[in-house]
Amino acid sequence: MEINKDLVAASSTPIVLAILADGDSYGYAILQRVKELSGGRMEWTDGMLYPVLHRLERLGYVEARWEKAENGRRRKYYRITSAGRDQLAEEHRQWEAVNETLRGLWTVLRAVRPAVSGGSGGTPGRTAPPGRTTPLPQGA
Amino acid sequence: MPTPDDAGLLEGQIEQWRSYLRRRQTIHAVDVAELEDHLREQVAGLIEAGLAEDEAFLVAVKRMGSLDALSREFAREHSERLWKQLVVVSSDEAEEGAGARREALVALALAVAAAVAIKIPALFGLDLVRDAGFYLRNASLFVLPLLAGYFAWKRKLDPVTIRWLALAFVVAAVFANVYPFQAHVPGSASHDPGNTEFLTALHLPIALLLVIGISYAGGRWGEVAGRMDYIRFSGELVIYYALIALGGAVLSGLMAMTFRAIGVDIEPFFQQWLMPCGAVGAVIVASWLVEAKQSVIENMAPVLTRLFTPLFAAVLVVFLATVLWTGRGVQIERNVLIAFDLLLVVVLGLLLYSVSARDPRSPPGLFDWMQVLLLVSALLADAVALWAIAARITAFGFTPNRVAALGENVVLLVNLAWSAVLYLGFLRRRRPFASLEKWQTDYLPVYAAWAAIVVLVFPPLFGYV
Repeated sequence: MEINKDLVAASSTPIVLAILADGDSYGYAILQRVKELSGGRMEWTDGMLYPVLHRLERLGYVEARWEKAENGRRRKYYRITSAGRDQLAEEHRQWEAVNETLRGLWTVLRAVRPAVSGGSGGTPGRTAPPGRTTPLPQGA
Repeated sequence: MPTPDDAGLLEGQIEQWRSYLRRRQTIHAVDVAELEDHLREQVAGLIEAGLAEDEAFLVAVKRMGSLDALSREFAREHSERLWKQLVVVSSDEAEEGAGARREALVALALAVAAAVAIKIPALFGLDLVRDAGFYLRNASLFVLPLLAGYFAWKRKLDPVTIRWLALAFVVAAVFANVYPFQAHVPGSASHDPGNTEFLTALHLPIALLLVIGISYAGGRWGEVAGRMDYIRFSGELVIYYALIALGGAVLSGLMAMTFRAIGVDIEPFFQQWLMPCGAVGAVIVASWLVEAKQSVIENMAPVLTRLFTPLFAAVLVVFLATVLWTGRGVQIERNVLIAFDLLLVVVLGLLLYSVSARDPRSPPGLFDWMQVLLLVSALLADAVALWAIAARITAFGFTPNRVAALGENVVLLVNLAWSAVLYLGFLRRRRPFASLEKWQTDYLPVYAAWAAIVVLVFPPLFGYV
């Protein structure tokens, strides 16, 4: 599944911050984690992660340091800062709001769909005439 | 199981990929290192998953994304990198930074030394205003030996050359000070420099610029390319010096205003300290800046010549047309010769700095025709002036200033006339552009020689007036 570019760009900040909130990490490991968590459905172009990390560093959400990795190469590790944790909490709230809104809409659509398909199939049932306001789903 | 041969192949591929990345201005060395670490991890992971080494490399590179897209993303995040930074050495490039920092320290120390040097005579009771003649004659000697020292240190000149350069400075110091120069107004309390004294002050630096050139070229003075580098350097030096002087003027203006607000007059501090020390120190600092930035920032002098060559050419053509149209002769005034000398100097500068930036292999273009137009019109204008002066020079008499100005005019005229011939030959594809380069660089010692003659011969010749 290809995820749209804008969505990738918008979600990259909370995803990276959340992964770093779990512990310090470096570029390759972060990408692996993303792949793992999304079950392979989110595939970023590898190189694009680094400008994102650098932006977060500039904004003060993460700190970078060079360390010798176990294989002897120098590796750049990132650590989330307290400002980064605040930002993560803020992103969390925002995404929660977006998520809830969408979830509500999906429920509505699911409620409406039988009517739409029913109309074409000629089966009588709970019909919601087009143009009428759709009823609010429960729990919304 | 990768054999050593395969490992070598992979290393070669990674090396090549790295060199592609390095060429991107917005991706710095640290970023390349970070991306390389990623690439290697990715390759290792893919090999573990069962891919062959070269396949793993290809897949890893593909996943990294296209270089253009990558450098665009980096540019978006690091927009400051599109503006090349010069003085601020980032901590990322620590190894390179150490050498640059040491050079900056040496330059700064030499600048301070120059500032101290110009205050040393004050210890012996020589006052900047009262003994203006002394300071004018020796101004270049407070700073140019230090500048030569900077280049001698930087280029690791051999001791023999250093000894010759030092000897040149000693000779210069002797001749600047042994002649019994007469004050402009004999018997007056203030020592206004006389004619020959003023000529010495003006020409000694020109002669010594040759010494600086030899130390700058660092053993490459014999080559056209070495001298051409010095020409490039000199143009940038003038521009940086002017910029520093502008900054200095703003600084002193602000200081004067703020201190006046609390009723303190710091005018004496300016005259005695800030101006002289700043003026000599800035020469070293500007030279260091030119050195530090030469491979980082485009040269400014050729850009300026591009802007001004058409404008100067237009002015000169209109001037000549006006002379022809109205039949006006050149008015012979005291300074007319100096005015035309300055004109030739400017034209020479425009020629020199555009030659210094031109790729000798590219074919003649519109700008080259513009240059020739500028040269020919300047020569004609100068000829008009010389014609007017020659008719009446005997009536005026030969004062030192007039002879010096005439000599300068001849020196410049010869250079520009032959340059015009060479340039025309190039436009008609009879000669290579390199012959013009060679002519200009070969001519450098002539300026110094004429300046040395003025310094050495003129004072006794004209009775030290």
